[in-house]
Amino acid sequence: MHSSLTRIAAVLVASTMLAGVANAETIRWARSSDALTLDPHSQNQGNTHTLAHHIYETLIGRDNDGSLTPRLATEWALKDGDPTVWVFKLREGVKFHNGNDFTAEDVVYSIERAKSEFSNMKQLHAEVQSVTAVDDHTVEFQMTGPALIYPNNLTNTFIMDKTWSDEHDLAVVQDFASGASNYSVLNTNGTGPYTLVSREVDVKTTLTYNEGWWGEKPPVTDIEYLTIADAQTRISALLSGEIDIVQDVPPQDIERLSNTAGFKVEIGPENRFIYFGYKFGDEPLKSSNITDSNPFNNPLVREAMELALDRDAIQQVVMRGQSIPTGIPNPPFVRGWTEELDAYPAPDVEKAKALMAEAGYPDGFSVTLDTPNNRYVNDEAISTAYVGMLGQIGINVTLASRPVAEHSPIILANESDFYLLGWGVPTFDSAYVFNDLIHTKTELHGTYNVGLYSNPELDEKIIALGTMDDMDARDATVAEIWDVVKADRVLLPIHNQVLAYAMREGVTLPVQPENQPNMTTVTFE
Amino acid sequence: MTDLPHSPEQPVVAVETSRWKTFLKSDIVWSYRHSPVTIVASIVALLLILMAVFAPLLAPYNPFNPATLNLMDGFTPPNSSSFSGKYFALGTDSQGRDMLSTIMYGSRVSLFVGFMATLFAMVMGVGLGLVSGYVGGVVDAIIMRVADVQLSFPAILIALLIFGVARGIIPPNQQEGAAVWVLIVAIGLANWAQFARTVRGATMVERQKDYVSAARLLGVNPIIILLRHVLPNVLGPVLVIGTISLALAIIEEATLSYLGVGVPPTQPSLGTLIRIGQQFMFSGEWWIILFPAITLILLALSVNLLGDWLRDALNPKLR
Repeated sequence: MHSSLTRIAAVLVASTMLAGVANAETIRWARSSDALTLDPHSQNQGNTHTLAHHIYETLIGRDNDGSLTPRLATEWALKDGDPTVWVFKLREGVKFHNGNDFTAEDVVYSIERAKSEFSNMKQLHAEVQSVTAVDDHTVEFQMTGPALIYPNNLTNTFIMDKTWSDEHDLAVVQDFASGASNYSVLNTNGTGPYTLVSREVDVKTTLTYNEGWWGEKPPVTDIEYLTIADAQTRISALLSGEIDIVQDVPPQDIERLSNTAGFKVEIGPENRFIYFGYKFGDEPLKSSNITDSNPFNNPLVREAMELALDRDAIQQVVMRGQSIPTGIPNPPFVRGWTEELDAYPAPDVEKAKALMAEAGYPDGFSVTLDTPNNRYVNDEAISTAYVGMLGQIGINVTLASRPVAEHSPIILANESDFYLLGWGVPTFDSAYVFNDLIHTKTELHGTYNVGLYSNPELDEKIIALGTMDDMDARDATVAEIWDVVKADRVLLPIHNQVLAYAMREGVTLPVQPENQPNMTTVTFE
Repeated sequence: MTDLPHSPEQPVVAVETSRWKTFLKSDIVWSYRHSPVTIVASIVALLLILMAVFAPLLAPYNPFNPATLNLMDGFTPPNSSSFSGKYFALGTDSQGRDMLSTIMYGSRVSLFVGFMATLFAMVMGVGLGLVSGYVGGVVDAIIMRVADVQLSFPAILIALLIFGVARGIIPPNQQEGAAVWVLIVAIGLANWAQFARTVRGATMVERQKDYVSAARLLGVNPIIILLRHVLPNVLGPVLVIGTISLALAIIEEATLSYLGVGVPPTQPSLGTLIRIGQQFMFSGEWWIILFPAITLILLALSVNLLGDWLRDALNPKLR
């Protein structure tokens, strides 16, 4: 009796151990802030997309080298004889997590949803006139003109199940800025490699491998995604073995982590710039002591502000070398970037003061700077440093530092006079920056043009980019737009981010230039 | 007859001297003189308070004036010269602020919030306690149940709650200006219950005494009775709680600022400094967290020790 019990116990123990070896590879992955929502079209934001890419899939994916790869679409091409129509062949045999088949009507539904009101993705599909299902696995996109780079815009637009969405009344996208909610904010049904097991917002999300996934089974089968806002707690958790991967490593800790046995840091440039934005227009600022005009609307003030910004000092001291200062809100990954545009002026406080006086603000003015404190690398420290630099030219800045979940709604409601934000360019094309940050804020465009800059001439050119059939002419127009954007100082770029992922020895997560790493790319040694 | 202690020509001085002498001979002074810990604590507290109050005169730099900062001076180690050639006794933080000056100015913020929050809690708690103890009945029951509910939550949680609500009410572009006052109200509201409970008990005792009955019979306004006759007799324990509350309020402010919900990072209090400093613990810049932390410990500990001593000295049963 006793021996048989022991034997049973031994078998049980052995079997669980075998199971452990065979399929359970859990990755505990921590970063500074959580996805804002699980509604796939509500927020065009890096953390939100990163998590969504594990659960949902897009028609087209993007490799770490920037090239487009097949995902739910296996082939795509312009229609013979009609450059205004894109034809997508869809992957066959794909099922959603609830067992529903993935078909062309899901694509039609999802693109239309992504184009609808409250969608944060709609500017990416502004040139889409209509989407039609030709058969179950072929979709045609009728564009408003020849949209040559359009497939680049599909890498973050997730495909939802039409039947499931109809069951749960998801036709209206979550209106994030006003705090609305819907079923898909906490529930998911994608085609992706992982299914959602549990979610505690801002704390922990667990995912497990979707056995029905069409792709090759990845080494990671279970994911614990943790939000640890405090950088030191995050690093401590890695050092103490509580987590395996830290996505947001503060620059000051890179050296120590690299030198600690059992841990390593992967470093690479990110396709993202960090910038300050300010409010345009004649209306006086809400947070300023100047109540009869808007100082930011004066080009001389904007020039003075750029001359006060010591980008190299921020790179050396705040970022400890882990950033690439830039003079243009456009990373080098992106088509349209040039070295001339990237150049930035050396700081010149005396000249800046003279410009302030010339602009009519010899005694400066006061204003509030809104900054996130858990979104970008050392975001609050960058803002604090710039507050000091602006103080030297008489601009007296109050710093309002908030977690990104509070910062975003304030920004998106155009409530901020002066703010820090970062912008990644998932399409690797300048038009993405123009559409969202430069074009006048309208239904379709300028979602993040929260400084409300408006230049009708540029707007026309930006719209034209969407449907130009000659790549050279298009590049020329892009260059023209950039010249105006730089001359007008529509935004004040600081630097391009450098990414650092820290992990325990034995695990490798390669740096993804959009900072949207997928746990399917993790390898074990 | 000739050696009268006081000459008749200087009667005023005589009275003062005798009062002073009486005070020096009092139990409180005796207990103070015989408690070396209290003497040290009071000196430390006094020095820290003076340092904070006179920071604008004493501090070598003004870290709250961003125009004087040079970012390239950041991370200068203690007792060395920086990039721009300035000398920093305790080093600089990540923004190039002189640690010594920042601590002096930071203590100012911490002490201001601590004093004001304690005052707020004291006024509110004593007021409600007097009413509760004197009026009794339903009013007493309501006030004390509210106090009971509040005492069953940690004070920091209540402060966080109030802070969150205030953030929701105040428009975003005015939040930073109001941050210090919101902190004061939040901490004050979190701490009034202790005062109320103590004062209520003492008031109930005083209410039964003859002098109160006499005043009532004379038809004196109840508010005057409370303020002129009852209040002075319940102030002893209030003083004790007030001192200990001050230490608590300083710690609570530091905790809130450490959690990032306190004062803006451009005008750091001790808690904000510790929050900033702990980012650099792993990378070897130990001075950014160590000095503010020591200052906070010294401040809270010395005030707390003073409070403990005061409680013992005023309580005859413990002597």
